[in-house]
Formats: sequence, structure tokens, C-alpha cells
Amino acid sequence: MTSDSRLEKILEEGHFAVTSECGPPRGVGPEVIQKKGEILKGVVDSVNVTDNQTSVVRMSSWSAGVLLKQMGINPVYQMVTRDRNRIAIQSDILGAASLGINTILCLSGDHQKFGDHEAAANVYDLDSIHLIQTVKLMRDDKKFLGGDELKGEPRMFIGAAANPFADPFEFRVVRLAKKINAGAQFIQTQCIFNIERFKKWMEMVRDRGLHEKAHILGGVTPLKSIGMAKYIKNMVPGMDVPDELIERIKGVEKEKRAEEGIKICIETIQQVREIEGVHGVHIMAIEWEEMVPRIADEAGLLPRPAAQ
Amino acid sequence: MRLSYPVNIKIIKVPCTGKVDVLYLLKMFQNGADGVFVAGCMEGDCHFLTGNLRAKKRVEYVRRILDETGIGGERIAMYNMSAAQATRFVEAAREMTERIRELGPSPVKKIMEEVG
Amino acid sequence: MVIGEGKPLQDVLAMVSQNKKIIVAGCRGCVTVCCAGGEKEVGVLSAALNLARQKDDNPIEIHEVTLERQCDTEYLEQVRSFIDEYEAVVSIACGAGVQFMAEMYRKIPIYPGINTNFIGVTEQQGVWAERCQACGNCKLHFTGGICPVTRCAKRLMNGPCGGSTQGKCEVDPETTCGWQLIYDVLKEQGRLDKLEHIIPVSDWSTSRDGGPRRIVREDLKL
Repeated sequence: MTSDSRLEKILEEGHFAVTSECGPPRGVGPEVIQKKGEILKGVVDSVNVTDNQTSVVRMSSWSAGVLLKQMGINPVYQMVTRDRNRIAIQSDILGAASLGINTILCLSGDHQKFGDHEAAANVYDLDSIHLIQTVKLMRDDKKFLGGDELKGEPRMFIGAAANPFADPFEFRVVRLAKKINAGAQFIQTQCIFNIERFKKWMEMVRDRGLHEKAHILGGVTPLKSIGMAKYIKNMVPGMDVPDELIERIKGVEKEKRAEEGIKICIETIQQVREIEGVHGVHIMAIEWEEMVPRIADEAGLLPRPAAQ
Repeated sequence: MRLSYPVNIKIIKVPCTGKVDVLYLLKMFQNGADGVFVAGCMEGDCHFLTGNLRAKKRVEYVRRILDETGIGGERIAMYNMSAAQATRFVEAAREMTERIRELGPSPVKKIMEEVG
Repeated sequence: MVIGEGKPLQDVLAMVSQNKKIIVAGCRGCVTVCCAGGEKEVGVLSAALNLARQKDDNPIEIHEVTLERQCDTEYLEQVRSFIDEYEAVVSIACGAGVQFMAEMYRKIPIYPGINTNFIGVTEQQGVWAERCQACGNCKLHFTGGICPVTRCAKRLMNGPCGGSTQGKCEVDPETTCGWQLIYDVLKEQGRLDKLEHIIPVSDWSTSRDGGPRRIVREDLKL
């Protein structure tokens, strides 16, 4: 074990892992995050805490993570390289680890153009692969990027994201390999709507043997409505929502469309689970966390095993 | 045909409207013109292929500058006509004169007259 | 070359609002080529300033001059004989030119008449695009001659982010994804293996992060 992460234990013990996520509030109130935590507790193995997602300012990811930790939930500390240089990054990693955070997801982050501070400078001192290398260097070599030794290493289970639906498609697996070579131990993918493309990507992953070097968790998102499906398809870069899926939701009565979205999500989980090399699912129910217990239950993912 | 056009119009001849420079247009206003219109050949009929299209873009550019200076972009225009369309020229001249009459004298000109 | 574009006229008018006698100084270097600060633009800006001020019954006298370059002292010397007769200079050279003029002539304000945007190329007449961020540590040999620092909105060093869609950048669908370009050229050249290894953490001390940069060539100094 490289960490005390519950997610690492679950995966290393060979269980099919289930993770979810919650976005911190745009204010100081801890109750928002606690409410989401209550919903997800016991239903998933770990909860990702997003880091100013879509570049909209929110409570810091590590502090919301600590709030979850206090509830007995294993938070996955998402960290983007957009807002911090290597000095702040290493400092935050030390701080988070000292507060008991043991799982980190290394990301480059959405461009600030999408957020509420378009005029902000972006940092990108490091990219996501450098961030993975940095955490690993601190944990395994007990060193800072600058070369000095650190006293008391952050024992972090290191994760990264992969988007099988962005372009150039053939390069996506190369990029995954780079992340794994850099030190990523688990991978959470972008939301899977196009299962065929995901299968093809996993085939390429297996061809390189990457599924044996890191745990891959397929990302899923329940679609609430046609509007949401179309928004994701057309407005969110690097997302692939096939027309058949939209047609399927369109095919049912308006009141039953959210239900159909849940059904599709459950089916996707079941299909993803069948794919060789997939070790878990990451359920991203965007502002719909209350549906996660039901999805996990109906997809046959409950009860969650107790990690040894 | 010997058609008459408004006497207040001063014609500056150029070999092609492609020769009309942004600076020429601005200088005309500096020298007291209340309005300026560029009369080019029909689009697609330029002897030099794109002279009138270039002129059109420059007129647009000067229109922006006139707006920015507060002189008003509506004091400049581009018309297209063939060399045989004398009536069209007269029409354009009258239309432009009407428009400028409504706008009144250029604010630049007023100052120049006061100064002497 | 350095690419710039004229500031809004109202901004320049505001800068010179208290002045009656100014110089508008152009540069025959980069900004002439990108049609932002050459002799022609000196004429246009001066005419526009004149028109606006005449309209407000507050005429301004403008001396138009275009120097060979504003980034070399010998050319900046060319205004010395008459600059004292004026109250201000609007320089439409790049930011380097404006500053160098301000360094040489400290008695009157030197105002910027253009915004300096980037180091770039003329993609087609009337269209300029950025190619270099002057990071001081060129990595083009790794990346197929396409700069990730400049052409990726996140200056990522190890491949496109998850927002690269059909060759376009997530930030602007009009902008080509720099990493897609890198991928395409290396594929054409049969050098995709170059993308397998991790380009290490960058040393930004050679970039603006290290403070104002300076190059000294002893062999050339007088």
C-alpha cells in the first residue's frame, strides 16, 4: 500500500470500486458539503471533491475534503494546475496530507474562460502529468521538485483523468500511458455516453497492458433531460453523446425522461463492468447527488465492501 | 445626356476607386467636406478586378473612424455604378446631398469657418 | 515580428486631452509590416485626432514623424532637435519602442498609441497570429516545430487536454488545438514516438518569471 486510502485498499483487494463526486459550495457553509456527504456515505468508496470546476470560484477542494473526512468519508482531493504554481502545489499537498487526505486526482483543469473570472491569469507552471510526477516524487523519493528533502512525506494514492472521447483519438491512450508512467495508480474517465468508443479505447489500453498498471474507473453521468444531453453534446468540449441516446430519451414521455436517464446510466454501468480491465465506476451525478444511492443500488453495486 | 447634379459636389477624379486611400478620405473631411461619397464601378466589373472592393472596405474603415471622432460615419458612403449610368450618378449625388443637408454642416467645417 | 493594433481613438484622445502640440511618432520596423504603427498609420491617427479635436473646437497641432526604428537609440536621436517644442509624444511603436523613447526623453510624457499584442506571423494579408511567447527555452525540436507554450491555451507540455475536439481548442472553436497540430505533423513525419516520453517540468526562469531579461554579447560590445 502506498497510502491509507480506502480507494486504494478497495482496488488492491480486487473489488469493483465505486466513486462519486461533489462540488464544494460558493460560500462558507459546511452544511452544503455535509448534506451531499450524508447522501453518498456508505454508497460509494470515495468522493471526489472538485477543484473550482469550470473555473468557477468555490470553497477550496482540500477544505471541503476535510469536511467529508470528518464524516468518515474518503475524499479524493482534486487538484488542478491552472491556479497554482509548483510552490503552492507542493505546499497544498503537504497541508492536505497533514489533515488526513490520502487520495489525490491530478488535473490540468478547465480554462478560466469558462468560469466567472475570465480576466484571471492562468498559471500552468506544471501540467497534469508533471503534477502526478510531483506527488510521486514527494511520496516515494521524499523530495521536493527543487531537489531538497522533505520531512514527513505525503502518503497519497495518486489518480489522473483520461478522456477517451477527446481528440486526437489515437493519442488518448498514449497520453494515458504517460500519466501511468508518471505515477498515476488509478484513472477516472470522462463521462461515457458512447460505449462503443469507450470499448475501442479500452482495447487500445489493453494492447499496451495499461489496465494492469493502473486501475481504470469508467465515468458515468445520468442525463436528466434532453436539454442536458444536448448541452453536454454541443457545449462541453471533449464530450460525445450519440444521437441514438438523445433519440431514446426523446422517445419517452416528458415526465419519464429523467427516469430513462437513470436507466441508461445503470445500463452503462453494467456494460462498463463487463469490459476487461475496468476496475470501477465513477458516478458524476451533476447537482443530482441524491440519485447516486439508487443508481448504485440498482446497478448491483451495494452493499460496499468494508476495506480491510 | 447633360444631366445636372447638385452644384455643391466637388469631384475628385481617380483612375480607379482602388486608388482611394483612407488618408484621402480623412483629408477631405479635414479640409471641410460635409460628406464624401466614393463612386466606383459595379462590383465584379472592376477593370483592375478588385479596386472597388478595396475601396468599399476602406470606406467602412473610415466610417468607423468618423464614428470614433464624433464626426459621424453616416457622412461617408460608397455607391456603385457603371460609366454609362449617368442617371445613377446623379441619383447618388442627390441622395447624398439630401442626407448631408439633413445632418447639417460637418462640425469640423463650422470651426474652420469661424476661424476664418 | 512584433504584432500590435491601434488603441481605440477615445483612449488616445483621453491621453492627449490636455495637450495642444504633440508628436505622433511611428516606427518603420515590425509595426509597419503589421499596419499598426508605420508612416501610414501615423497619418491616419493624426488625421483622426485632428478631426476629433477640431470638432470640439479644441484644435491640436501634430508633428508627424516615422523613425527607422524606435528600439535603437541612434534612430530615436532623430527627434531630439524638435521634441522640446512639443508637450507630449504619442508613439505607435511596439511597447519596447514606446519605453525606449520614454527612457531617452524624460521631460515630456510618451504615450502608447497602440497595444502590443504578440510575436507572430502574417497568416494572410490582414490576418496575424501568434507563434512565440519568448519563453527563452525553445522546445520546438520536441514538438514538430509547433510551440505548445504559445499554441496551447494551458501551455501543456505533454499532449492535448480533454477539451481538444475535432482539432479545435476548448477555449475557442476558431482556434486550432496546438497539440492536434503537433500530433499531425509528427505522425506525417513518422515520429510519433517523440510523444511517448514525458517532457519534464519546465524551467520558467528564462521566461518573464525570471524578471526582465537581458542578453550581453561581449564579442559585439564596443
